[in-house]
Amino acid sequence: MVDFDVVELPPHDAPGVGDTAPDFTRPLVDDEYWEDTSLSDLTDDGPVLLVFHTMDGAFPSTYVWNNLRDRGVLEEIQAVGVSISSPYEHKTFVAERDVDARFFSDPAAGVAADYGIENDLDDMTGITEHRPAVFLLDETREIQYAWVADEWPDFPDYDEIVAAVDER
Amino acid sequence: MSDDQPAITLYRLQACPYCERVVRVLDEQGLDYHSRFVEPMHSDRNVVKRVSGKRTVPAIVDDNTGVTMSESANIVDYLESTYGNGEGA
Repeated sequence: MVDFDVVELPPHDAPGVGDTAPDFTRPLVDDEYWEDTSLSDLTDDGPVLLVFHTMDGAFPSTYVWNNLRDRGVLEEIQAVGVSISSPYEHKTFVAERDVDARFFSDPAAGVAADYGIENDLDDMTGITEHRPAVFLLDETREIQYAWVADEWPDFPDYDEIVAAVDER
Repeated sequence: MSDDQPAITLYRLQACPYCERVVRVLDEQGLDYHSRFVEPMHSDRNVVKRVSGKRTVPAIVDDNTGVTMSESANIVDYLESTYGNGEGA
Protein backbone atom coordinates (compact mmCIF):
# COMPACT_ATOMS: atom_id res chain seq x y z
CA MET A 1 0.00 0.00 0.00
CA VAL A 2 2.72 2.45 1.00
CA ASP A 3 6.51 2.36 0.64
CA PHE A 4 7.25 2.82 4.32
CA ASP A 5 6.49 0.89 7.48
CA VAL A 6 3.02 1.57 8.83
CA VAL A 7 3.00 2.51 12.50
CA GLU A 8 2.66 -0.52 14.75
CA LEU A 9 0.28 -0.55 17.70
CA PRO A 10 1.52 -1.80 21.06
CA PRO A 11 0.65 -5.35 22.16
CA HIS A 12 -2.98 -5.84 23.10
CA ASP A 13 -4.72 -7.97 25.66
CA ALA A 14 -7.81 -8.98 23.70
CA PRO A 15 -9.61 -12.29 24.19
CA GLY A 16 -9.05 -14.92 21.51
CA VAL A 17 -10.76 -17.88 19.89
CA GLY A 18 -12.31 -20.14 22.53
CA ASP A 19 -12.54 -17.39 25.15
CA THR A 20 -15.87 -16.03 26.31
CA ALA A 21 -16.36 -12.45 25.16
CA PRO A 22 -17.01 -10.10 28.11
CA ASP A 23 -20.64 -9.08 28.44
CA PHE A 24 -21.53 -5.40 28.61
CA THR A 25 -24.53 -3.08 28.52
CA ARG A 26 -24.62 0.13 26.51
CA PRO A 27 -27.18 2.10 24.51
CA LEU A 28 -27.75 0.19 21.26
CA VAL A 29 -28.73 2.35 18.31
CA ASP A 30 -30.77 1.33 15.29
CA ASP A 31 -32.34 3.52 12.63
CA GLU A 32 -35.19 4.54 14.93
CA TYR A 33 -34.16 4.69 18.58
CA TRP A 34 -31.66 3.57 21.17
CA GLU A 35 -32.06 1.65 24.38
CA ASP A 36 -29.80 0.02 26.93
CA THR A 37 -29.01 -3.46 25.66
CA SER A 38 -26.61 -6.18 26.72
CA LEU A 39 -24.39 -8.10 24.35
CA SER A 40 -25.82 -11.27 25.90
CA ASP A 41 -29.34 -10.16 24.89
CA LEU A 42 -28.12 -10.29 21.30
CA THR A 43 -26.25 -13.58 21.53
CA ASP A 44 -29.35 -15.10 23.15
CA ASP A 45 -30.96 -14.55 19.74
CA GLY A 46 -28.08 -16.15 17.79
CA PRO A 47 -24.48 -15.62 16.69
CA VAL A 48 -23.17 -12.07 16.61
CA LEU A 49 -20.45 -10.37 14.59
CA LEU A 50 -19.02 -7.79 17.01
CA VAL A 51 -17.08 -5.04 15.23
CA PHE A 52 -15.06 -2.47 17.14
CA HIS A 53 -14.19 0.52 15.03
CA THR A 54 -12.90 4.07 15.03
CA MET A 55 -15.29 6.88 15.81
CA ASP A 56 -17.98 7.36 13.19
CA GLY A 57 -16.75 9.68 10.48
CA ALA A 58 -13.16 8.43 10.47
CA PHE A 59 -12.45 6.74 7.15
CA PRO A 60 -11.69 3.26 8.60
CA SER A 61 -15.25 3.03 9.93
CA THR A 62 -16.62 3.89 6.51
CA TYR A 63 -14.33 1.34 4.77
CA VAL A 64 -15.07 -1.52 7.16
CA TRP A 65 -18.85 -1.12 7.13
CA ASN A 66 -19.02 -0.55 3.37
CA ASN A 67 -17.10 -3.80 2.91
CA LEU A 68 -19.25 -5.80 5.31
CA ARG A 69 -22.37 -4.43 3.60
CA ASP A 70 -21.14 -5.00 0.04
CA ARG A 71 -19.96 -8.56 0.75
CA GLY A 72 -23.40 -9.48 2.07
CA VAL A 73 -22.13 -10.27 5.57
CA LEU A 74 -24.86 -8.20 7.19
CA GLU A 75 -27.52 -10.33 5.55
CA GLU A 76 -25.95 -13.51 6.95
CA ILE A 77 -25.50 -12.62 10.58
CA GLN A 78 -26.57 -10.21 13.29
CA ALA A 79 -23.83 -7.57 13.19
CA VAL A 80 -23.19 -4.87 15.76
CA GLY A 81 -20.63 -2.09 15.86
CA VAL A 82 -19.04 -0.43 18.87
CA SER A 83 -17.40 2.98 18.88
CA ILE A 84 -17.06 6.02 21.10
CA SER A 85 -19.54 7.94 18.97
CA SER A 86 -22.73 9.21 20.53
CA PRO A 87 -26.12 7.69 19.69
CA TYR A 88 -26.87 10.73 17.51
CA GLU A 89 -23.76 10.10 15.42
CA HIS A 90 -24.57 6.41 15.18
CA LYS A 91 -28.02 7.20 13.81
CA THR A 92 -26.48 9.37 11.11
CA PHE A 93 -23.92 6.66 10.34
CA VAL A 94 -26.60 3.95 9.96
CA ALA A 95 -28.46 6.17 7.51
CA GLU A 96 -25.40 7.29 5.54
CA ARG A 97 -23.83 3.85 5.22
CA ASP A 98 -27.20 2.16 4.67
CA VAL A 99 -26.11 -0.78 6.80
CA ASP A 100 -28.34 -3.45 8.30
CA ALA A 101 -26.62 -3.33 11.66
CA ARG A 102 -26.94 -1.78 15.09
CA PHE A 103 -24.33 0.18 17.01
CA PHE A 104 -23.38 0.37 20.66
CA SER A 105 -22.37 3.77 21.96
CA ASP A 106 -19.40 3.61 24.34
CA PRO A 107 -18.09 7.19 24.67
CA ALA A 108 -15.90 6.49 27.71
CA ALA A 109 -14.41 3.41 26.00
CA GLY A 110 -15.14 1.24 29.02
CA VAL A 111 -15.86 -1.70 26.74
CA ALA A 112 -12.46 -1.15 25.09
CA ALA A 113 -10.88 -1.53 28.53
CA ASP A 114 -12.90 -4.71 29.19
CA TYR A 115 -11.65 -6.18 25.90
CA GLY A 116 -8.04 -4.99 26.27
CA ILE A 117 -8.22 -2.96 23.06
CA GLU A 118 -7.93 0.65 24.18
CA ASN A 119 -6.39 2.98 21.65
CA ASP A 120 -5.23 6.37 22.97
CA LEU A 121 -5.30 8.79 20.08
CA ASP A 122 -2.21 10.86 19.45
CA ASP A 123 -2.72 14.58 19.98
CA MET A 124 -6.46 14.21 20.65
CA THR A 125 -6.03 14.76 24.36
CA GLY A 126 -8.46 12.87 26.53
CA ILE A 127 -9.83 10.67 23.76
CA THR A 128 -9.43 6.92 23.95
CA GLU A 129 -11.28 4.79 21.43
CA HIS A 130 -11.47 1.14 20.46
CA ARG A 131 -8.67 -0.47 18.52
CA PRO A 132 -10.23 -1.95 15.36
CA ALA A 133 -11.21 -5.55 16.11
CA VAL A 134 -13.71 -8.14 14.92
CA PHE A 135 -15.09 -11.06 16.93
CA LEU A 136 -17.52 -13.73 15.79
CA LEU A 137 -19.49 -14.99 18.80
CA ASP A 138 -21.75 -17.99 19.16
CA GLU A 139 -24.90 -18.11 21.31
CA THR A 140 -22.81 -18.52 24.47
CA ARG A 141 -20.51 -15.59 23.57
CA GLU A 142 -17.66 -18.01 22.90
CA ILE A 143 -15.33 -16.46 20.35
CA GLN A 144 -15.24 -18.40 17.06
CA TYR A 145 -13.09 -15.96 15.14
CA ALA A 146 -11.00 -13.00 16.27
CA TRP A 147 -9.04 -10.27 14.55
CA VAL A 148 -7.37 -7.33 16.28
CA ALA A 149 -5.51 -4.52 14.55
CA ASP A 150 -1.71 -4.62 14.85
CA GLU A 151 -1.02 -1.46 12.89
CA TRP A 152 -2.49 1.99 12.65
CA PRO A 153 -4.44 1.89 10.48
CA ASP A 154 -5.20 -1.79 9.93
CA PHE A 155 -8.15 -3.55 8.33
CA PRO A 156 -9.65 -7.00 8.80
CA ASP A 157 -9.35 -9.70 6.16
CA TYR A 158 -12.89 -9.67 4.83
CA ASP A 159 -12.51 -13.05 3.12
CA GLU A 160 -11.66 -14.55 6.49
CA ILE A 161 -14.72 -12.94 8.05
CA VAL A 162 -16.97 -14.22 5.26
CA ALA A 163 -15.50 -17.72 5.66
CA ALA A 164 -15.92 -17.67 9.43
CA VAL A 165 -19.52 -16.51 9.15
CA ASP A 166 -20.24 -19.18 6.51
CA GLU A 167 -18.72 -21.93 8.67
CA ARG A 168 -20.61 -21.18 11.83
CA MET B 1 -34.62 -6.41 23.86
CA SER B 2 -34.29 -9.24 26.36
CA ASP B 3 -37.16 -11.39 27.50
CA ASP B 4 -36.80 -10.24 31.09
CA GLN B 5 -37.01 -6.53 30.41
CA PRO B 6 -39.50 -4.40 32.33
CA ALA B 7 -43.13 -4.37 31.21
CA ILE B 8 -43.24 -0.61 30.79
CA THR B 9 -41.53 0.94 27.77
CA LEU B 10 -41.06 4.70 27.76
CA TYR B 11 -40.45 6.44 24.46
CA ARG B 12 -38.63 9.61 25.32
CA LEU B 13 -36.46 12.41 24.03
CA GLN B 14 -33.28 13.33 25.85
CA ALA B 15 -33.85 16.35 28.13
CA CYS B 16 -37.55 16.64 27.27
CA PRO B 17 -39.21 18.07 30.41
CA TYR B 18 -42.51 16.25 29.78
CA CYS B 19 -40.62 12.98 29.57
CA GLU B 20 -38.73 13.73 32.79
CA ARG B 21 -42.07 14.43 34.46
CA VAL B 22 -43.19 10.89 33.59
CA VAL B 23 -39.86 9.44 34.78
CA ARG B 24 -40.33 11.16 38.12
CA VAL B 25 -43.74 9.52 38.56
CA LEU B 26 -42.42 6.11 37.46
CA ASP B 27 -39.70 6.46 40.10
CA GLU B 28 -42.15 7.66 42.74
CA GLN B 29 -44.31 4.60 42.10
CA GLY B 30 -41.27 2.33 42.17
CA LEU B 31 -42.05 1.03 38.68
CA ASP B 32 -39.47 -0.70 36.51
CA TYR B 33 -39.30 0.66 32.99
CA HIS B 34 -36.95 0.79 30.08
CA SER B 35 -36.37 3.75 27.83
CA ARG B 36 -36.21 4.05 24.08
CA PHE B 37 -34.68 7.35 23.07
CA VAL B 38 -35.92 8.84 19.82
CA GLU B 39 -35.00 11.66 17.48
CA PRO B 40 -35.46 15.34 18.22
CA MET B 41 -36.90 15.69 14.71
CA HIS B 42 -40.63 15.12 15.01
CA SER B 43 -40.87 13.85 11.43
CA ASP B 44 -38.28 11.13 12.12
CA ARG B 45 -40.20 9.50 14.93
CA ASN B 46 -41.96 6.83 12.92
CA VAL B 47 -41.47 4.23 15.60
CA VAL B 48 -43.51 6.30 18.05
CA LYS B 49 -46.21 6.84 15.44
CA ARG B 50 -46.43 3.10 14.82
CA VAL B 51 -46.73 2.38 18.51
CA SER B 52 -49.03 5.15 19.71
CA GLY B 53 -50.57 6.66 16.58
CA LYS B 54 -48.80 9.99 17.23
CA ARG B 55 -45.24 11.23 16.93
CA THR B 56 -45.26 12.97 20.30
CA VAL B 57 -43.20 11.95 23.30
CA PRO B 58 -43.46 10.90 26.01
CA ALA B 59 -45.38 7.80 25.13
CA ILE B 60 -45.60 4.64 27.18
CA VAL B 61 -46.48 1.05 26.41
CA ASP B 62 -47.50 -0.93 29.49
CA ASP B 63 -47.48 -4.66 28.86
CA ASN B 64 -48.99 -5.23 32.31
CA THR B 65 -52.28 -3.72 31.19
CA GLY B 66 -52.00 -3.54 27.41
CA VAL B 67 -52.25 0.24 27.59
CA THR B 68 -50.44 2.54 25.16
CA MET B 69 -50.65 6.24 25.91
CA SER B 70 -49.27 9.65 24.92
CA GLU B 71 -49.12 13.06 26.61
CA SER B 72 -47.50 13.44 29.98
CA ALA B 73 -50.58 14.60 31.92
CA ASN B 74 -52.55 11.58 30.73
CA ILE B 75 -49.67 9.25 31.49
CA VAL B 76 -49.18 10.67 34.97
CA ASP B 77 -52.90 10.25 35.72
CA TYR B 78 -52.81 6.72 34.36
CA LEU B 79 -49.75 5.70 36.38
CA GLU B 80 -51.07 7.18 39.58
CA SER B 81 -54.53 5.67 39.24
CA THR B 82 -53.22 2.27 38.13
CA TYR B 83 -50.24 1.89 40.44
CA GLY B 84 -50.70 4.57 43.10
CA ASN B 85 -51.79 3.88 46.64
CA GLY B 86 -55.00 5.80 46.26
CA GLU B 87 -53.48 9.26 46.42
CA GLY B 88 -53.23 9.63 42.65
CA ALA B 89 -56.67 8.56 41.47
